[in-house]
Amino acid sequence: MINASLKELSAALAAKNISSVELTRIYLERIERLNGELNAFITVDPGKSLALAGQADARIARGEHAPLTGIPVAHKDIYCTKGWLTTCGSRMLANFESPYDAHVIGRFGAAGAVILGKTNMDEFAMGSSNETSFYGPVKNPWDRAFVPGGSSGGSACAVAARLAPAATATDTGGSIRQPAALTGITGLKPTYGVVSRYGMIAFASSLDQGGPMGKSAEDVAMLLDVMAGFDPRDSTSLEREGEDYTRDLDRPWEGASAGRPLQGLRIGVPKEHFGEGLSSDVGRAIEAALAQFEELGAKRVAISLPNSGLSVPAYYVIAPAEASSNLSRFDGVRYGYRAPEYRDLLDMYCKTRSQGFGAEVKRRILIGTYVLSHGYYDAYYLKAQRVRRLIAQDFVEAFKKCDVVMGPTSPTVAFRIGAKTSDPVQMYLSDIYTIPANLAGLPGMSVPCGFGENELPVGLHIVGNYFSEARMLAVAHHYQRATDWHRRAPAGVL
Amino acid sequence: MPLDLEQVKRIAHLARIEISQAEAAQTQDQLNDIFGLIERMRAVDTEGIAPMSHAQDLMLRLREDAVTESDQHPLFQSVAPQVEGGLYLVPKVIE
Repeated sequence: MINASLKELSAALAAKNISSVELTRIYLERIERLNGELNAFITVDPGKSLALAGQADARIARGEHAPLTGIPVAHKDIYCTKGWLTTCGSRMLANFESPYDAHVIGRFGAAGAVILGKTNMDEFAMGSSNETSFYGPVKNPWDRAFVPGGSSGGSACAVAARLAPAATATDTGGSIRQPAALTGITGLKPTYGVVSRYGMIAFASSLDQGGPMGKSAEDVAMLLDVMAGFDPRDSTSLEREGEDYTRDLDRPWEGASAGRPLQGLRIGVPKEHFGEGLSSDVGRAIEAALAQFEELGAKRVAISLPNSGLSVPAYYVIAPAEASSNLSRFDGVRYGYRAPEYRDLLDMYCKTRSQGFGAEVKRRILIGTYVLSHGYYDAYYLKAQRVRRLIAQDFVEAFKKCDVVMGPTSPTVAFRIGAKTSDPVQMYLSDIYTIPANLAGLPGMSVPCGFGENELPVGLHIVGNYFSEARMLAVAHHYQRATDWHRRAPAGVL
Repeated sequence: MPLDLEQVKRIAHLARIEISQAEAAQTQDQLNDIFGLIERMRAVDTEGIAPMSHAQDLMLRLREDAVTESDQHPLFQSVAPQVEGGLYLVPKVIE
């Protein structure tokens, strides 16, 4: 049951071969048994989850179910969830029980999905290893001495270790794709504006985008069907017709045959993502994946993203600038932590923020405050925004020659816990291949495509043009029909 | 141009984050490493390139000027550190 696809679970629930209460109990029992070591969940509340499962069963009995009705889903602890602790991985919100639901939580609720719990994450989503969480690091289920990636490390671990059938996550610079790669699962960051940010605690608002994590492209498509959609409460939510993201999954590429279902697909391979810094084990797995795509009929096209080397520098101006503004709301007045002792109002702000935020969050607030401060705004912030346009334009040129861009999601497989914690710059460089899609607002996904050093998973990065999620998912699905990397699960969790 | 210790303390003050002398020194080194990375970007010629302030060049949506929220202040204040009579309490600022 724990390796079943969402489609299979949905069919089993509809046929009443299993009830949602039974299914939810299976996962709660696994969490009870394994979470102590893996630390994937911050909050689990079996009473609440089972009550939701009971409601789902009643809905199924009435014949009013939707595809995800009764399926337990783990939510990243960045999504405000009414009546649940919503900590964002921070001491600042360690006591924050959200008075309202994020749009994404509301959508899953309306679909009849069960909230399985809230997953661990880097504090305020700032990190690439899940080590900045106030609740301690998450372990990689493939080898517990290694990180699961971040910031959505808890969600990735939960899916990889089969503690949840599926999970929600968010991605500002790679926080869905990099942990998906490092834990051997499938994750998608949609086009900016496709998933509402309402109730999703803000880090860098021009980059943040919610998206799903699952065991396969098919699962991710079903999850995105629920998550995506216009929401008037998010000023950047796009007013578009709803889409069925599963629609292209079983269709061959235009003009292709069933035997070579990707005949005609042009895969852009950017030379900048295969140079210095890419470890050879990851390079080999990506090369094998590209060869597999050629067998399916696709053609490789050499492309260049000449400004992609500037994406990390530009990102570490833009994201901290937006974060310093967004996180000014945490001042000990309206919600969250307040320092126990202070002299006056200013001292209360300073002590609250000093005690409530961890080291990485403070570092980024300081960078952001500096680049926005008088005399530096043009040299850093405006400059970074100009570079951002250059990076976005690289993709406009690239998509004249290809349908999707492929490369490694991360330059290495998972690294050891503690290996990069004292060197922020090295940590930041783990997102070198994922950040460009955030800056450009493009959809990107990671698909498991093999194993590298220490038998740890490698992820293939697929970037598509704006709003091409359904086609990207189909491309990934055809690959997953021909391979079994996405079916592998870590030893010791089954 | 590396940040000096006084600048680090000034930024921390602007950000309303209390920082000790020892933390400031450590932070100074880390911030300078990060700004070393950021410097690469500053060498690029961006003459005539319009700043991209958002992921998509779209106008923000307008809406009717209508009341869409109901009064839920007791609910929202239930998560505040200190509230009295519907007001958030903070240390006295005016004598």
